[in-house]
Amino acid sequence: MTALVDKPPAARTAAAGDRPPRRRRGRRIALPYLLLLPALVLELLVHLVPMLVGLAMSLRRLTQFYIRNWSAAPPAGLDNYRVVLDFDSAVGCNLLHSFWITVAFTVLSVGTAWLLGTAAAVLMQRRFSGRGLLRAFFLVPYALPMYAAVITWAFMLQRETGMVNALLGLDGPDAPFWLIGGNSFWSLVVVSVWRTWPFAFLIVMAGLQNIPQDLYEAAAIDGASWWRQFRSITQPLLRPVNQVLLLVLFLWTFNDFNTPYVLFGESAPREASLISIHIYQSSFVTWNFGLGSAMSVLLLLFLLLVTVGYLAVTSRRRRAHA
Amino acid sequence: MREPRWVGWARRLVLGFLTLFTALPLYAMATSALKPLGDVQGDWHWIPTTITFRPFADIWTTIPLGRYFLNSLVVSGAATVLSVTIAVFAAYAISRFRFPGRRIFSVTVLSTQMFPGILFLLPLFLIFVNLGNATGIALYGSRLGLILTYLTFSLPFAIWMLAGYFDSIPKELDEAAMVDGNGPIGALLRIVVPAAMPGIVAVAIYSFMTAWGEVLFASVMTDSGTRTLAVGLQEYSTEVQVYWNQVMAASLIVSVPIVAGFLLLQRFLVAGLTAGAVK
Repeated sequence: MTALVDKPPAARTAAAGDRPPRRRRGRRIALPYLLLLPALVLELLVHLVPMLVGLAMSLRRLTQFYIRNWSAAPPAGLDNYRVVLDFDSAVGCNLLHSFWITVAFTVLSVGTAWLLGTAAAVLMQRRFSGRGLLRAFFLVPYALPMYAAVITWAFMLQRETGMVNALLGLDGPDAPFWLIGGNSFWSLVVVSVWRTWPFAFLIVMAGLQNIPQDLYEAAAIDGASWWRQFRSITQPLLRPVNQVLLLVLFLWTFNDFNTPYVLFGESAPREASLISIHIYQSSFVTWNFGLGSAMSVLLLLFLLLVTVGYLAVTSRRRRAHA
Repeated sequence: MREPRWVGWARRLVLGFLTLFTALPLYAMATSALKPLGDVQGDWHWIPTTITFRPFADIWTTIPLGRYFLNSLVVSGAATVLSVTIAVFAAYAISRFRFPGRRIFSVTVLSTQMFPGILFLLPLFLIFVNLGNATGIALYGSRLGLILTYLTFSLPFAIWMLAGYFDSIPKELDEAAMVDGNGPIGALLRIVVPAAMPGIVAVAIYSFMTAWGEVLFASVMTDSGTRTLAVGLQEYSTEVQVYWNQVMAASLIVSVPIVAGFLLLQRFLVAGLTAGAVK
């Protein structure tokens, strides 16, 4: 790799040419930065600058009167954080509630999606007729635009005209509502699993393809049972893939806004009020951007903490195994 | 591999369940799109009593679906082209050059993937609005604003995946191209890009799908002229009633091209993900 920077073939020809070598060298050093520049500028513009602005916003009393000129909003110090973290007040209590809802939702949804994806990928390792077709079919929910899929679920979950109640044989006045009350949480989990398990399936499948087949053959000659092979070959060799997969699934699911938004609209039922929706409501429905920003910053801190902790634990374990 | 009998049964059970689970919404979408309005307003029927193609004609007039379609196409297409182009150059820099700041760049860009969209939404909304007031550049409510936003969503993943892909292409190839009188950019365009085509296709699919399905920013950053399908489809629900058959017909129309494209190109995507994620 370094050979290219140290003595690239082009530099040799340049030295023989008429251009002074120093200028040539300056350009060479600048080149990677020039190549990165567009990506860097855009990332700064759309991610880093807004993040800093968000941090500044969270320190101000930013209500709808200041939207046209947010820097005129009166400073609030840490007041927004104090309000948001006061779990005895209505705002803090609701935030804590939606945090726990999100945790429960994430654990259930990621766990189930991962289990289903792994089961399907492992059980489809062996060739059988129609395997390719089934594999393509399983990927359809992943390819489907999410709002089209979730709108369809919203239709299926209607109380009187929906497929779900018909499937369960529930109709008449006793038929349950699926999009309001406690059931809405479970609806959210099912829809989320439906959308995410194919991704887990895709990644685990890709990971399985990288396990050399002769490991299984050698194990079979040694008389290892199917289960033993799964435990001793498949599982350990999938570990690096699973580590990345679970982290990605966690972040996506924890931050999910789209599923509840399309399923329930702007105001999700209390039992299914995920944190993203909650922040959106606190900001755009009641137009209190200061509080919304404070909540966003806290959410980011939480995610950072979990991610760094997770990476530390997994990389230590990886080193211990190596 | 010798397989105990229970694995065979588990296979039938699990795959059977997953097939049914996957199929039910697709079935609901496909059949309801063919039902007259009266049929979707009463009890659920597994088999349509009357089959009609009216919903497919009506969807275009109930809401300006054509315009939303065009908006989605322009926004997703532009975001994809820009994202892939920018990612190719950035990935080349990361894969082929060793320079100070290389690791910091990779880590920073990748870590933006973990941030919740809602975190950027509020400030970006205010920045766009204030920038519009100050300079007259209308980013809020414009397609340009959405394009810029969407392209950065897929950019980190695209750079990461393409850098992995470029690493697998022997350096000797582009060095040879440089001996033949090409500069580094010439080597990139003549040698590396053609060799990495499967990865580039995979990244393009991913970018397009990300932009085509995005809801949060589309719902805040668009107005009636620039609305995308993701938001527009909700307009079939009025105060009075929901045109479920039209919703399903429109969902079908919106899904078929992207699902077909995905299934045609899924091999590239799986290969690309393998190269990127499994490393």
